[in-house]
Amino acid sequence: MSIATERTEGATEDLLALAERVAGWADAGEEVEVYVARGTETEVRAYDGEVESLTSATSAGIGIRVVVDHRLGFAWAGSLDESVLGETLAEARDNARFATADEHVQLAVPDGREAVPVDLWDEGLAAIPTARKVELALALEALARGADPRIRQVDAADYGDVASESALVSTTGIRSSSRKTSGYLSVGVIAGEGESSQTGGGYSVGRGFDGLDPARACDDAVTRAVRLLGATKGPSGRSTIVFDRRMATTLLSIVSSALSGEAVAKGRSFFAGRIGEQVGHPGLTLVDDPTDHRAYGAAAYDAEGLACRRNVLIDSGVLQGFLYDTVSGSRAGVASTGSAVRGGFAGTPGPGCRALTLAPGPEGYDEDGVLSAVGEGLFVQSMTGVHSGVNPISGDFSVGAEGLMIRDGKLAEPVREITVASTLQRMLLSLVAVGADVEWLPSIAAGQTLAIGDMQISGA
Amino acid sequence: MIDTPVLERVLAEALRNGGDFAEVFAEDRSNSSAMLDDGRVEELSSGRERGAGIRVVTGETTGFAHTADLSERGLLRAAEAASAVARSGGGSRPADVGHLSGSAAPGDRGDRRAPTTGTKSEALELLQRADEAARASGDAISQVQAGFGSSRRRVLIANSDGLLAGDEQSRTRFSVSCVALADTGMQTGYQTAARTLGFELFDEVSVEELARTAAAQALAKLSARPAPSGELPVVLAGGSGGILFHEACGHGLEADHILKDASVYAGKVGQLVASPLVTLVDDGTVGSEWGTFQIDDEGRPAQRNVLIEDGVLTDYLWDYLRARKEGRVSSGNGRRQSYRDLPMVRMTNTFLLPGEDDADEIVAQTPRGVYVAKLGGGQVNTATGDFVFGTTMAYLIEDGKITEPLRDANLIGNGPEILKRIDAVGTDFSMTPGTCGKDGQSVPVGCGQATMRLTGVTIGGTAE
Repeated sequence: MSIATERTEGATEDLLALAERVAGWADAGEEVEVYVARGTETEVRAYDGEVESLTSATSAGIGIRVVVDHRLGFAWAGSLDESVLGETLAEARDNARFATADEHVQLAVPDGREAVPVDLWDEGLAAIPTARKVELALALEALARGADPRIRQVDAADYGDVASESALVSTTGIRSSSRKTSGYLSVGVIAGEGESSQTGGGYSVGRGFDGLDPARACDDAVTRAVRLLGATKGPSGRSTIVFDRRMATTLLSIVSSALSGEAVAKGRSFFAGRIGEQVGHPGLTLVDDPTDHRAYGAAAYDAEGLACRRNVLIDSGVLQGFLYDTVSGSRAGVASTGSAVRGGFAGTPGPGCRALTLAPGPEGYDEDGVLSAVGEGLFVQSMTGVHSGVNPISGDFSVGAEGLMIRDGKLAEPVREITVASTLQRMLLSLVAVGADVEWLPSIAAGQTLAIGDMQISGA
Repeated sequence: MIDTPVLERVLAEALRNGGDFAEVFAEDRSNSSAMLDDGRVEELSSGRERGAGIRVVTGETTGFAHTADLSERGLLRAAEAASAVARSGGGSRPADVGHLSGSAAPGDRGDRRAPTTGTKSEALELLQRADEAARASGDAISQVQAGFGSSRRRVLIANSDGLLAGDEQSRTRFSVSCVALADTGMQTGYQTAARTLGFELFDEVSVEELARTAAAQALAKLSARPAPSGELPVVLAGGSGGILFHEACGHGLEADHILKDASVYAGKVGQLVASPLVTLVDDGTVGSEWGTFQIDDEGRPAQRNVLIEDGVLTDYLWDYLRARKEGRVSSGNGRRQSYRDLPMVRMTNTFLLPGEDDADEIVAQTPRGVYVAKLGGGQVNTATGDFVFGTTMAYLIEDGKITEPLRDANLIGNGPEILKRIDAVGTDFSMTPGTCGKDGQSVPVGCGQATMRLTGVTIGGTAE
């Protein structure tokens, strides 16, 4: 058993014990991995000065992977009741019988890498009474409603928090646990002036209750809605696009799917076979580092129980490598990069990013700095149709956009009902500026203002 | 799932501190899926979950709690948590809970073949057949992924109005996605079949045909040119073009958006909001379509609702809570992803009734434009009406003929404006399944229309 995976934290001990007990039911000749998770959540939605809904809930579940003769079976249950544990293992075992034998199919084994501890648990959250959470949601709603005379509706003002714990134990020597809390405020407003209505959303996130900032969430939402009032369909043409920090996280998340070792191995990435090649502008350096505790996706262990680590993916525009879990790594003839992620107990692990950032440009620009460097172009503050108009396999990129024109290095008139298009391959090469204004947004990627040249705007 | 006397006691507990309405929604769901990728059956997965969501409505406030513990003790605890809002203010009068009437037994719809160990091997055979058919479609097909998924969901709903209802819903889907590779790069094709049926879906659907269609899209796009940029007439082929209506107006007609004045269609009942060729229906009772059910997740029978008739807005879509505010009854559109979620107003199967034009003629009478054979998805901002929808298979129309394939792109428009630009609707109606996401919850829906033409839409390609 590895030293790295020995570290545990009090409250999850019972989950570890449970996972260990179930893993102990493995038959001879089979590998079993047991993932158990438990969580509590509170959500308050305020509307028009009242509580529209208050949700409080607890949930728990188990996901079991069984590997027999290089065949994988999986089963899960939304409960940790004694009666379902054995059933779930039996079902995973039965499923394994049907899979194709594949020499690369295996569970993770400890790799000796020590985990970097990251503290993601806010001890104080559990003690916050529901009444204070309700007050905060109501305060957020009132703040947004009164923020500007042009705000004619606050259609959602939410407070939410989640505390989750998980444990992972396998017959191959993995034993890890983690726990994490998070809190958020989010608000959506509609601004109106004459015939024009525009919307904006804002949020504030943290590890718990303290530090959530209603003013920040509100200002963000109101600014976004109000500055779009009077927007018209912008003109068509080629332009440099400045993506605000929130949009930049979306762009990086899209690019990340092409950096998955699984996508590469299966011929679904335009990066396949290009390691060592110049795939981006020399100013583009992209790193995934979940050990950075400031990152929203920070984690000590990956979803297979290996230590998370810093992985450099693109350095000065040159493709360095991909992210792997155990199976995709084996397929590529390399070790896991500690990059397994999973969507809770009902999902199986696969490689993915947790904490992507771009190295800031040497100029140290903030948003204003990027705008002024760009001079003329389009500033995009929201995108739609990312799931329907971006194809991370072919690289085709076409999204609906709203924002403001950039004139003389400053934000000018608002535009809406336009699309911006290019290909992901071309966008990486057409980088104009990367801001130093790194903000850890609730995403697998950091936010930092990005300027990309030579994109096509379709409008009037 | 839960005995009636227990339900009555839980509802009484939920209203013990006051409140206008209480409801227990219990669900027992099993899922199974299998995935073939890269020529191998990589993963079979089975899942099971059951639990109950309890809500208590007091004035304008809803308290909600859910639990995976279906014992009386677990349910009572959730009822107490859900009633905390009533306790902290609002109602003070303990409300009466009537006796439950009705039946929690699901309606009889004949035998449904549940996924069992027997069907696992049948599913694998289907996956392998799809893989072979796709790969046989052309040497350039470089990768194939085929997926099978089925779910069986028993629901039980009891509320303080005395309603007791139950249903059993089986859904099965099969999808194939292909990658084609050439000097021009990689292109993708995707096709799915999904119905509110058990394994008998495959009596109706040929997996080979799905695979060949997906492969043909990927192959055709290898020689695709960049989509145009700017406004052009667009002809949408029957089927997936229904996404246009789902986004351009369907979401905007959901009463939760209407009552918050967060929709461009608020206050417009009785007004002309679309071309007179448009009669739009949302209907949860259609055959075995993907958005079909017997009762919604509030126990209300599915029904047919006409939303727009000859271009005139006739009504919105309603769930229990929003209907109650307006003193009317739900239209059977209260749905939720699972027992862990509050119900919301959701679409079921939303479609444009067929018109009288010949589909081929519509194309022939379009001198220049874009023919969209398949849409992949879309998104709308209901407050502004601006929406996008993405093409996954489109062609240029030149001199009234479908010519060169185009690379994927989003189209963008404003709902109320676009609906007025429909100038031809064909007779070749068909439906397509989709997954609709709203406020973090996903539910299965159907979309449909016949071939139709829009006089102008902005196409977000890269070709100037």
